[in-house]
Amino acid sequence: MNRQQKEEYLREYAILKAQGKPFFPYAVAKDAIMAVIVMAVIITMSIVLGAELGPKADPTTTTYVPRPEWYFYFLFELLRIIKPDYLVPLATLGIPTICLILLFLLPFFDRGPERRPEKRPLATSFGIFVIAAMAYLTYLGASAGSPTEIELETPKAVRSQGGEVLAQFEAGRAVAAQSGCLACHKFGENGNDGPGPELTHIGERMYPESIRRTLINPTSPMPSFKDLPEDKFNDLVVFLSNLK
Amino acid sequence: MKLKLSAPIPAGLKPQPRRPGEKDPGAAGAAKEAGISAVDWLDERTSLSGAARWMMFRKVPKGTNWFYTLGSATMIAFLSQAVTGVFLAMYYRPSAAEAYESVRYITNEAFLGEFVRGMHKWGSTVMVILVFLHMGRTYFFGAYKYPRELNWVVGAVLLVLTMLMSFTGYLLPFDQKSYWATIVGVNINGTGPLVGPYLNDFLLAGPDFGATTLSRFYAIHMMLVPGLIAALIGAHLYLVAKLGTTAPPWLKAEKDPELRKESA
Repeated sequence: MNRQQKEEYLREYAILKAQGKPFFPYAVAKDAIMAVIVMAVIITMSIVLGAELGPKADPTTTTYVPRPEWYFYFLFELLRIIKPDYLVPLATLGIPTICLILLFLLPFFDRGPERRPEKRPLATSFGIFVIAAMAYLTYLGASAGSPTEIELETPKAVRSQGGEVLAQFEAGRAVAAQSGCLACHKFGENGNDGPGPELTHIGERMYPESIRRTLINPTSPMPSFKDLPEDKFNDLVVFLSNLK
Repeated sequence: MKLKLSAPIPAGLKPQPRRPGEKDPGAAGAAKEAGISAVDWLDERTSLSGAARWMMFRKVPKGTNWFYTLGSATMIAFLSQAVTGVFLAMYYRPSAAEAYESVRYITNEAFLGEFVRGMHKWGSTVMVILVFLHMGRTYFFGAYKYPRELNWVVGAVLLVLTMLMSFTGYLLPFDQKSYWATIVGVNINGTGPLVGPYLNDFLLAGPDFGATTLSRFYAIHMMLVPGLIAALIGAHLYLVAKLGTTAPPWLKAEKDPELRKESA
């Protein structure tokens, strides 16, 4: 805005303001109604949704995959999407920092006199793009699989065999979910991608015998599972070898 | 000497002198007199009535609609957080050994404890949503432009502080979810360029999550950041009153009827 445009704006605004109504009681009345709505929403959410308290913090567990509050999901998801190691600092700090600096400096690089959204196509479409991107990332973050469950579909082959195998498969699924495999391995939508390999189709690559041997005598840093009770260990092997 | 005030009291609110023949107002009138003289007493010592008048009776441009209530709604959410936070602080103990137990006590045993904690928990969600809606309104209406650039910057700082509030508050219940989310958040911080590791040392009160980390988060969450937010809301409001709230961008000022008369 040059000097003339600034003066024009101030003149125009002074007229609009002079034709307006006093803040009290007109604007205050609207604000008061809004305040009642806000408080009603907060109270209703508190009554309906409550305040659950999870199990006590345990720094010694390594299997717990954390999830932030939902409004940080978009940051969290950015971190999950960007895979290569050398790009991780970019995802965690680079992009948010740049966005934040742009946000702070907005009024200093967007100095045009136009204020109507339809006359500012660049600014308006950029704003809509940012909202859509954040909404999409939040959605992805929200629908990411639970950290302590394996939600893979039971393979057809296992279902058709039924009986013993199916029972062992399902039991093995629970063993895998509870034994902390998800901290390093990915099963479909669940678990972390690395440092261990993805196990979604491990049965295609390894025979049950070699799975058994790997579980007993794994490569570091994976812990050995030789101390699992015999039946649980067998369930786990059946589960893994049927992931095809 | 008469002070020229920018915002005069609207006619409806001005006290009218008693007309001759009108009945004596009695007790109600005496109470009104007492109220007025109390305000006078205060004003004589503080001279705040001018400021109050300037704040309350300033004009709001034509066309001001419901979108313009989002800012005050955010402030209401902040006030609700402050009040519920005070009650939670009465029972909360910020040490790694006792925190979880004290939150469990608040949730399960204290009178209306879960209700107040629920209000605080969901109030933070409501506040974050309102902050973003308020910012969206400001962005799409171009309300950050001249002369309100500084107020946009103050608002952006308030946004960051609000996010910092939810980050530090998330740890306090000290359950699994909050502990691990905070560990990850802090680790993300630590990968930052230059100041990252130092910021981490400051947040954690040491190289690792230790006994004093929780009390540090607690102090940041309930003293440092809320103080900053309250002060900046004051600055934000002062600038709003000083510069006036924007009119909707589509509105064009009608020509002054006086001028139109002359040109006709």
